Amino acid sequence: MAAKAFWPVAIALILAAIGLTQLLANEYYFFAAYVVLQFVVLATAWNILGGYTGYVNFGSAAFFAVGAYCSVALIKAFDAPLPVLILAAGAVSGLIGLATGYLTLRLKGVYFAIATLALAIVLETFITNWDFVGGASGTFVLRPKEVWLFDSYIKFLFAVMMVLAVAAVGIARSIERSKLGRGLAAIRDDEVAAECMGVPTLRLKLLATTISGTLMGVAGAPYPYYVTYLDPLSAFNLSYAVNAIAMPMIGGTMTWLGPVVGALLLGTAQQVATVTISSELNLLIVGVMLVGFVILAPEGIVGLVRKTIRRGRRR
Amino acid sequence: MFTFDLLANAIVAGVLLGGFYTAVSLGLTIAFGRLDVVNIAHPAFVILGSYTAYMVNAAFGVDPVLAGLAFTPAFFAIGVGIYRVYHASFERRGDESLRGLAFFFGLMFIVEVALILVYGVDYRLVDAPYIGATVSFGFVGVPMRMLVPFALALIMTIALQQYFVRTFMGRAIMAVSQDRLALQLMGADPTRVKQLAFGIALATASLAGAMLIVIGPVEPSMGRLYIGRVFAIVVLGGMGSVGGTLIAALLLGVIESLTATFYGPSWAPAVAFGFLLFALAVRPQGLFGR
Amino acid sequence: MNPPLLQIQDMTKRFGGFTALDQVTIEIARGARFGLIGPNGSGKTTLINCVSGVLAPDGGTIRFDGTDITTLKAHRRTRLGIARGFQIPKPFASMTVRENLAVPLEYAAGARIGPGIEDEVGEILAMVGLEEKAEANAAGLTQIEMRKLELARALAAKPVLLISDEAMAGLSSTEVDDILAILLILNERGITVIMIEHIMRAVMRFSERIAVLDAGRKIAEGTPEEILRDAGVERAYLGE
Repeated sequence: MAAKAFWPVAIALILAAIGLTQLLANEYYFFAAYVVLQFVVLATAWNILGGYTGYVNFGSAAFFAVGAYCSVALIKAFDAPLPVLILAAGAVSGLIGLATGYLTLRLKGVYFAIATLALAIVLETFITNWDFVGGASGTFVLRPKEVWLFDSYIKFLFAVMMVLAVAAVGIARSIERSKLGRGLAAIRDDEVAAECMGVPTLRLKLLATTISGTLMGVAGAPYPYYVTYLDPLSAFNLSYAVNAIAMPMIGGTMTWLGPVVGALLLGTAQQVATVTISSELNLLIVGVMLVGFVILAPEGIVGLVRKTIRRGRRR
Repeated sequence: MFTFDLLANAIVAGVLLGGFYTAVSLGLTIAFGRLDVVNIAHPAFVILGSYTAYMVNAAFGVDPVLAGLAFTPAFFAIGVGIYRVYHASFERRGDESLRGLAFFFGLMFIVEVALILVYGVDYRLVDAPYIGATVSFGFVGVPMRMLVPFALALIMTIALQQYFVRTFMGRAIMAVSQDRLALQLMGADPTRVKQLAFGIALATASLAGAMLIVIGPVEPSMGRLYIGRVFAIVVLGGMGSVGGTLIAALLLGVIESLTATFYGPSWAPAVAFGFLLFALAVRPQGLFGR
Repeated sequence: MNPPLLQIQDMTKRFGGFTALDQVTIEIARGARFGLIGPNGSGKTTLINCVSGVLAPDGGTIRFDGTDITTLKAHRRTRLGIARGFQIPKPFASMTVRENLAVPLEYAAGARIGPGIEDEVGEILAMVGLEEKAEANAAGLTQIEMRKLELARALAAKPVLLISDEAMAGLSSTEVDDILAILLILNERGITVIMIEHIMRAVMRFSERIAVLDAGRKIAEGTPEEILRDAGVERAYLGE
């Protein structure tokens, strides 16, 4: 995609999405597309820390669930409107990202990965024991009855998620092309050399964990309205953690396009497959594809396509 | 409601639990502490060990511990295979941190989901004559289902410790990540040494899995609960020290048991996490640093 | 009289029970060409790691330009003007040569993206003879090119003090002469240079003063002629 075309295309996509909600009657498509777009946000968020900076987050599900439960708490307490939910969820998840990073990033990267795994379990324990948001048995969330411009709430949520996805990808793309992006890439390539070349590595890493955590929380914020019934088991579902890693790895971690391609491909495939095969088998396939891609195609689909194009040009 | 009985029982239970944690952690002590291979799938393989023990026990009535022992060669072979792939795909390319981690994460996930597909999410348990029996020492009651794994774990720890200290290959394993020169002088090929060591690390998962299912019922996703625990133990135990692992595991076992007795069992995972944070943030070199 | 540019005082570093640096004191004058030599494992690279901020010393102080920088983080030291190359090249492997230079230019030299940065990159690459490789991927460079990139990247940080850690290992004698010529030009422009080197011919020719480390201690310091005559240095290198 040409550099200048990105934002016009992005805005066109949002408008087209809103247009579709007015034209297409069948809610199912929006129901399914919401999940795919949600994965675009999650995969993009993961990639800012994982792909750009080289720090693996295994706890994406936790950041997502914190966003969702932040919404539940605010709905129950103040009946807060959706934009407030999104901002608050982003802020809380971002803070958790910052705290996790602060505690572990001074050490080798693998400790960060382990800490995120453990963090997911502890946050789940905490939410399970928090009765105000439903505890272990979960809670019902009532959708607002009417919403301006849209004839169904699902269509509205789909449009919201479209905006969030475009925003997340836009943020990732801006980072990639900025001084910050080069700093993060330097950290990923060689942290000691980066520090010695003037890159404030700790500060940049904390920035990356915060941005990544924020976006994951944002992805989770509308989720209670989407499912209308939320329990810890579904919010902390392992499938989020796995997909958040698998999608960028399969799409390609070096550019913003990789997670988008991975999320669209894997997300759509899963939406189609859940109808036909069991969700466990579905996840098994994601796991096998993740392992297969990291072994055989470390640069992902985007990397493979680029290589093929380059080879074609040489001929 | 603090009583001396309660305290004594909690401490004994914690020590027994800690012994078992040692068995679960030793594989990672070798892989992570000595080989720098961050096998986060290790607890998942422990669960796989539980299920192989369960399968043999359910089908033939074989004692679960014997079954666990019988499967160690198979797990060893799996370990060798995994290490070969890992070495060729990540270690040699210097790509351990991002893709190597994702590889083990994928493996963990595959093992867990495969177990769910085959056995479902229900809890499974095994039969053995000693499960359910309790021996009493004064006012302290010791359930055999805890005592047997504890004893086994101690035997396993001592055996591994002796292997690392006394044998040529054992010493090569202890040296492989730190002292390339010594290894070359010994005439050992680092890759082969690591392959052997990783096989041993995974073989311990078979036995630890058998112990786990002797202690109590098992379900496929239980492994995740152990990730924080085992990494905390390995890090706090000094990254690769067998003795350190034992002490750290006993410590965690006792703390968890005390917390569960006096504050309620729902806080046990928080204890493990606190332990991990302590291990990571306060003493990165461990209590028993090498 | 101005204070020395770099004052290393009683620098001590231990790894477990092993003392890598034992109360090393060195002063380096502004604009100097300083050589640092010693057998393998004598603590040269550890000393450089302490000066550049990669390692935290266990004792002693470092003053740069009169200010105490002992507890300053590495990136802050680079911004103050201490730049180094690495003995084993550490290029940013996913980037092109040009991008490798852009990182220190942006982060250490403070140059903003724009035509200025391109001129800088071009000038530095021309100086080390890598201009043809500007768009090449850093991971695909030869060993020699990587060493040149290492030097170029340190230069892109616009150093006041340049530390060259065995930049010439494995180079042919003409290539050694090339690097020496570059370092001499830089020094003429006012950059203070510390050279760690095994190639004696190069150090002796380049340095105005030389310090010798052995087993973590400074055993001698002086002009190249004095060092060549020093009996202790000979023992350290040749054994008793």
